[in-house]
Amino acid sequence: MPGLAAALPATTDAPRHSALVRVTHWVTALCFFALLVSGIEIVISHPRFYWGETGNIFTPPLFVLPIPASRSSVPTGYGFVLPDQNGWSRYLHFQTAWVAVLTGLLYAVYGLLSGHFRRNLIPAGADLSWRALSREMANRLRFKPPGEAEAWSYNVLQRLTYLLVIFVLFPLVIWTGLAMSPAIASAFPFAVTAFGGQQSARTIHFFVSVFLVLFLLVHIGMVCLAGFRNRMRAMITGRIAHNKEHR
Amino acid sequence: MSNLSRRKLISTGLWATAGASGVAVAAGLAERYGLLAPDHGGIYGPGAALTYAAQRLLTRHSLAREFPRSQISKVPFANPTDPQGPAYERLKAGGFVDWRLAVDGMVARPVSLSLAELRSYPSRSQITHLACEEGWSFIAEWIGVPLSHVLNVVGILPQARYVVYFSLQKGWWDSIDMADALHPQTLLTYGMNGGELPVGHGGPLRLRVPRQLGYKNVKYITRLTVTDNLKGFGKGLGSASPEVGYSWYAGI
Repeated sequence: MPGLAAALPATTDAPRHSALVRVTHWVTALCFFALLVSGIEIVISHPRFYWGETGNIFTPPLFVLPIPASRSSVPTGYGFVLPDQNGWSRYLHFQTAWVAVLTGLLYAVYGLLSGHFRRNLIPAGADLSWRALSREMANRLRFKPPGEAEAWSYNVLQRLTYLLVIFVLFPLVIWTGLAMSPAIASAFPFAVTAFGGQQSARTIHFFVSVFLVLFLLVHIGMVCLAGFRNRMRAMITGRIAHNKEHR
Repeated sequence: MSNLSRRKLISTGLWATAGASGVAVAAGLAERYGLLAPDHGGIYGPGAALTYAAQRLLTRHSLAREFPRSQISKVPFANPTDPQGPAYERLKAGGFVDWRLAVDGMVARPVSLSLAELRSYPSRSQITHLACEEGWSFIAEWIGVPLSHVLNVVGILPQARYVVYFSLQKGWWDSIDMADALHPQTLLTYGMNGGELPVGHGGPLRLRVPRQLGYKNVKYITRLTVTDNLKGFGKGLGSASPEVGYSWYAGI
């Protein structure tokens, strides 16, 4: 009965993200915000970075952030000192790190057991050819909005980016964070020497955080490009409006 | 209400109950095995409690890294401290011969020790890293008597759980648990890089706790009190640091 079918709405709801993916996504998003704010507060107490085991205002820095500091002992060139916020920032940073790490572990176990990683994140072999990759890259660089199929599954660049964030950047930011702990350094010296020292670990921690912020900006940009309402709805309610004729 | 959502509601309730009782059991166990930091109350309490408990389980006996002489920092930095009160100036003028370290509390034989007496005890020299919570660090050789030796001399009572230490500087005091107090690298430090401990680094006497950050390494130590409970000291948070917003445990 073609007439009846045409009378039905063209779009309908379909499941997209599982409850666990949605909950861990938003918990991680909140943690990211808290870690970023407290991390910036901690950095401004000494906005100088070094390489190796040690570094202080008497040793040459690798680079210096051109910002004022919250400590009068740090020469910044600014004529003022910001208020010290390290106490609550450190408490908040470490408490949030616990929540983020436990959430990440839950997500990782779920991702392995449910097939989420295999199904949704590992790219198909055919998508990894240079041709396919450069086509995807060209689409992204032209800000081409994703097609209908990409509302249902991630494209190859998305898959590779998420894999990089989940399995490289997150573990690295946790590891370098732990390597700055004097007690962890005493129990697991390799965690520090692997990076060449505690100041190197601090510097890498900073750079990985910068990469994660860049990822966040691109991530939000892509959500807007793909259709903010529908993508947010998918990540909040788990369902996505889709055009029946395309499936 | 459909069957499905009722089942969901019941299972959510069960999970929440299991979670809450799990937390309560964990808190009880942590208290029993001395894994609960004195500043575990408040909104940041859960994080501080988890960090302290996890690090105590993982690092109770671990040794801070020691470095070769070649890695000693050429110019060690110290945050400016200002002990110059009349009392400190008088002691300094006298070459610190009148400096006393009182050891009291839950000990069999309370004493008051001079620096000469501390120097007569077996000494230990170690080249370790000192990192400040701000982010800077340096490596130096620290020379002193292990705190555990002094605690053996005075004879700590079996119920002892913390050692509280006080600076000549007003308002500076802190405490460590017995894992750190009896740790072989925890030093009552009187020497640095082959010489006397400079005033800027806490001379004549500083407690070095190399597995914790700089602010636990209180300068100008004049008194140690052994106790089983930190409630009676200051605001009961274990040290002056939580009173100004910094965590009691600084192993991270």
